[in-house]
Amino acid sequence: MTFEKVAQIIADYKDIDVSTITPDSTFEELSIDSLDTVELIMAFEDTFGGEIEMDPEPKSVKDIVALIDAQA
Amino acid sequence: MMKGKTALVTGASRGIGRAIALALAKEGMNLAVVYAGNAAAAQETVQSICALGVEAKAYACDVADYDAVGALCKQVVADLGPIYALVNNAGITRDRLAAQLRQEDFDAVINVNLKGAFHFIRHTYSGFLRQREGRILNITSVVGLSGNAGQANYAASKAGLIGLTKSVAKELAPRGITVNAIAPGFIDTDMTRQMPQAARDALTARIPLGRLGLAQDVADLAAFLCSERASYITGAVLPVDGGLAM
Repeated sequence: MTFEKVAQIIADYKDIDVSTITPDSTFEELSIDSLDTVELIMAFEDTFGGEIEMDPEPKSVKDIVALIDAQA
Repeated sequence: MMKGKTALVTGASRGIGRAIALALAKEGMNLAVVYAGNAAAAQETVQSICALGVEAKAYACDVADYDAVGALCKQVVADLGPIYALVNNAGITRDRLAAQLRQEDFDAVINVNLKGAFHFIRHTYSGFLRQREGRILNITSVVGLSGNAGQANYAASKAGLIGLTKSVAKELAPRGITVNAIAPGFIDTDMTRQMPQAARDALTARIPLGRLGLAQDVADLAAFLCSERASYITGAVLPVDGGLAM
C-alpha cells in the first residue's frame, strides 16, 4: 500500500511511468539527486502526515517505504 | 517581482536591519520585522513600514533558539504568506582581546550571528524549495574577511557566515534560489557608536572614501540583491565598506 503511493508520487515528480518503479529501484537509477530527495520527503510528509526522519539516508524506494512505515 | 511578496529581516528594529526592512518595503514587499528585545524600536520600524502602504508585523525572537525560530517561521507564513526573501542580519558583539575572551562571550556571539542564520535557513529551506524562487541574504562583515583585534569571536562568526552562504548557495542554485552575503565595513549605527571617539577617528582615517558608511548604503545593495535584477548573482560576498577591505 505504502509502496504504491510512494511510487506514484515519485512517478508524478519525475514525470516517468509508474510501472518502471520497483521497490528495488535506487534513487541513482531514477536520477533522484539529494535536493530531489528533500522535496520528495516533503511530498511524502504531506501525503502520509508526520515528519519523516532522513536517517539513515534513503537510497532506494524500499528504503523510503521502510522509513514511512516506521513513522506510522 | 518583489511587490506583494514577503521578506523576513532579523535584527530589524534598528540600524542596518531597519534600513534594509524599509528599503524592501519601498519595493512593495510585506515585512516580518524580527527583533530581540527592543519592542519600542521594532514598533517604530513597523509603523514606518506600514506608512509605505505595505503590511508589516513585529516578532520578538531569540534567533539563537532553534525551536523558537521554527515556530516563528511558521507564524510568519501564516500571517504574511510564503517567505520570498530572508535577510539574516541579527548580530551582537562582545569585544575583548582573545586572551580575555570568556567562553560565554564566544558562544553568545556565535550562537546569534552564525547559528541564528543557520536556524532561519534550516526552517525556511523547504519553503524555498517548494517555491522554486527566493532570496537569502546574510549580513556578514568586513572583519569576517580581514579579522580584527579584539573581535576574534565576532570575526569568526562573520567568516562562518561566508562559508554558510557559499555552501547553501551551491545547494539551492539548481532551484533558482540565490544566496548572497553583504560585508559592511564601518557603518554608523548604535553598534559602532559604542566605540571610543579616538578609535572611530583612527578608523575613519583608514577608509579610502573617508567616511563611515550609512545603513542606507547597505540597504540599497540589499534591495538590489533581493530583486529580480540580481537573479544571476549567487554565492557572492559583496563589501559595502568605502574601500576598507581593498
